Amino acid sequence: MTLHSKITGAVSGIAVSCIAFAAQADVLFWSTQAKPVEESQAMREQVLSGAGEVDYQPNDPGPWITRLNAELQADSGTIGVLGALHGDFSAMDPDDLVDLSDLGVMSASSTFNDLSKLGTDSMQYIPWMQASYIMAANKEALQYLPEGADVDALTYDQLIAWGQNVMTATGEAKFGFPAGPKGLKHRFFQGYLYPSYTNGVVRSFASDEAVTAWEKMRELWAVTNPASTNFSFLQEQLLSGDAWIVFDHTSRLAQAFNERPDDFIAFPAPAGPTGRGFMPVLAGVAIPRTAPDMEASKALVAHMLKPETQIATLRATNFFPVVDVDLPGDLPPAVTAAGDAVAKMSGSADANPGLLPAGLGDKGGDFNRVFVDSFERIVLGGQDIRAVLDDQKGKLAAIMEETGAPCWAPDAPSEGACPVE
Amino acid sequence: MNARILPYVLILPVTLFLCLFFIYPFVLVSQQAFQAADGGWSMENFQEVVEYWKFPISMKNTLLLAAIVVPVQLALALLMATMVSKMKKGRDMVLYIWTIPLGISDLAAGIIWLAIFEQSGFLNSMLHGIGVVDKPVNFLTYQNPWIVFLAIALAEIWRATAIMLVILVAGIGLIPKEYYEAADVFGASKWKQFTRITFPLLRPSLQTALVLRVILAFEIFAVVAALGGTLFPVLMGQTYSYQFDLLNSGAAAAMALIILGISIGFTLIILRILRVPKGASI
Repeated sequence: MTLHSKITGAVSGIAVSCIAFAAQADVLFWSTQAKPVEESQAMREQVLSGAGEVDYQPNDPGPWITRLNAELQADSGTIGVLGALHGDFSAMDPDDLVDLSDLGVMSASSTFNDLSKLGTDSMQYIPWMQASYIMAANKEALQYLPEGADVDALTYDQLIAWGQNVMTATGEAKFGFPAGPKGLKHRFFQGYLYPSYTNGVVRSFASDEAVTAWEKMRELWAVTNPASTNFSFLQEQLLSGDAWIVFDHTSRLAQAFNERPDDFIAFPAPAGPTGRGFMPVLAGVAIPRTAPDMEASKALVAHMLKPETQIATLRATNFFPVVDVDLPGDLPPAVTAAGDAVAKMSGSADANPGLLPAGLGDKGGDFNRVFVDSFERIVLGGQDIRAVLDDQKGKLAAIMEETGAPCWAPDAPSEGACPVE
Repeated sequence: MNARILPYVLILPVTLFLCLFFIYPFVLVSQQAFQAADGGWSMENFQEVVEYWKFPISMKNTLLLAAIVVPVQLALALLMATMVSKMKKGRDMVLYIWTIPLGISDLAAGIIWLAIFEQSGFLNSMLHGIGVVDKPVNFLTYQNPWIVFLAIALAEIWRATAIMLVILVAGIGLIPKEYYEAADVFGASKWKQFTRITFPLLRPSLQTALVLRVILAFEIFAVVAALGGTLFPVLMGQTYSYQFDLLNSGAAAAMALIILGISIGFTLIILRILRVPKGASI
């Protein structure tokens, strides 16, 4: 061996070990959550400050899954911990995630723990934080509440009448609905409208009750700000005054409450003939099988479930803890408002809680599209409700049969794939 | 180095680059598009995307947008290029200002125009200020598809006319002055000079400008996403939603190939219509 090659070897050896050291030092936390700049900054500074060297990188779901899949296909990766919604994880192959059952941490909710098994016998991700969808209103709108209506126990009819009153008084449709490209409208249909009118989502998709539900949706749309097809984060329209009464994800309303806590109120979603349908949002943390440093990744997952981390996460992202914690008194206004509304919603006598779609695998997007397409055709396109539902029904049935997903609440349990009746 | 092989050596890096980052991914995408769920060859993906109810709408929207936007841009670019080439002073300055939109990303352009057209936007403030409307009007809604279309077309014209302008200005600069002098001697009007000298001699540049612009028109995405939301489906938006919302790469690849097919078709048509006869080039 010549001197030259010895030197080259030594230098490259040092370089390789430096890279390995750098990779060990930082655990890459690859997340689809806490993406707004303020939230990711709070994640880095408050939530992850005591967790060793963590590189928190939030991203859109598209680039998120693309990089993850590339690493999985290459069988070598740099991502240490994944943070994403239940739906993102359920679109993955459970074998690509490390079994976390023996980590000794889990959420306080057995429903969430079951969901995190992704159809296997072991926990493929650990529930991390939860949220829900609620209603919010500008206090100026309260004077137009229909007579006898209690804002904490509204029905869909009262909501429509309320929107109508506001429209008559101000000359503008001021109900705000997240129908924009990034809006979460499909969750309104799956978790709120359908359960409240049909006591189901899949089984009752094309039922007569569903036709009534869509008729109500049309009535609601008549008092909805028509620019809603561009609204995705209703906090913006609450603050600008373009919408007075809105429905959205708790963390997509937070900014309005934090900036002007005295101007807005949060309240439960309305009720229909079959109860007050509502749905949780669940995010989890997982470890891909290609994680470079398994121990550090597991330590980070365990850190995320500590009560104090969970409270810091709540402050940073407005997502609520999934473990039992005593909430401190000095929480931001958005957290208090959303927390109250969710508590009233789940504690109401007619509560009809739904679950997140489960077992759909990578067909989650197609499942959402069935509802979004129905909305665009029925409400925006003005097509006949019965005809559209009968047409979309075939697509929904095909998705259920292909994935074999059993029914979830509020649909009655099924043997095998959930049938569309 | 041997003068015969030097040109090939010089284009080698570009060729390698294209092979690695264009041809190779293109082959992969084509494979993906024709792959069935069970791994065999099939037209399943194409069938899926074509049968989707939004496909005809997005196809119509994309073609309509190209059909309106490109001719307007062509006329504007020709006009602007002739004006610039006639200028004696401040020519560079004007050219720089006109090409500013070229430096702005298409999403940013879409957002700029959204700030103009939205409910609390500049247009509404202005109309309100001069007393035309009592309260802000919603322009970009599902009830006014034509205004949405108009806004998108305006944003596209504003953003992408400059690319044609730059090519045409260069092309006009190449036309020898002698032709115009001769035309003047024979008393040809300015319009006649334009139709008989400028336009025919500009063919090669027109070809390039049109091909480039038409291809870009079929790839329109970000401006539409910003201004139209979900109201104005276009082919590229459908491709995006197959890839990222439905995680269906096969269908996205099929959409991409359909767009490629349309682009190639139109490129051939333009090349044929604006062909330069052999020996007639300057």
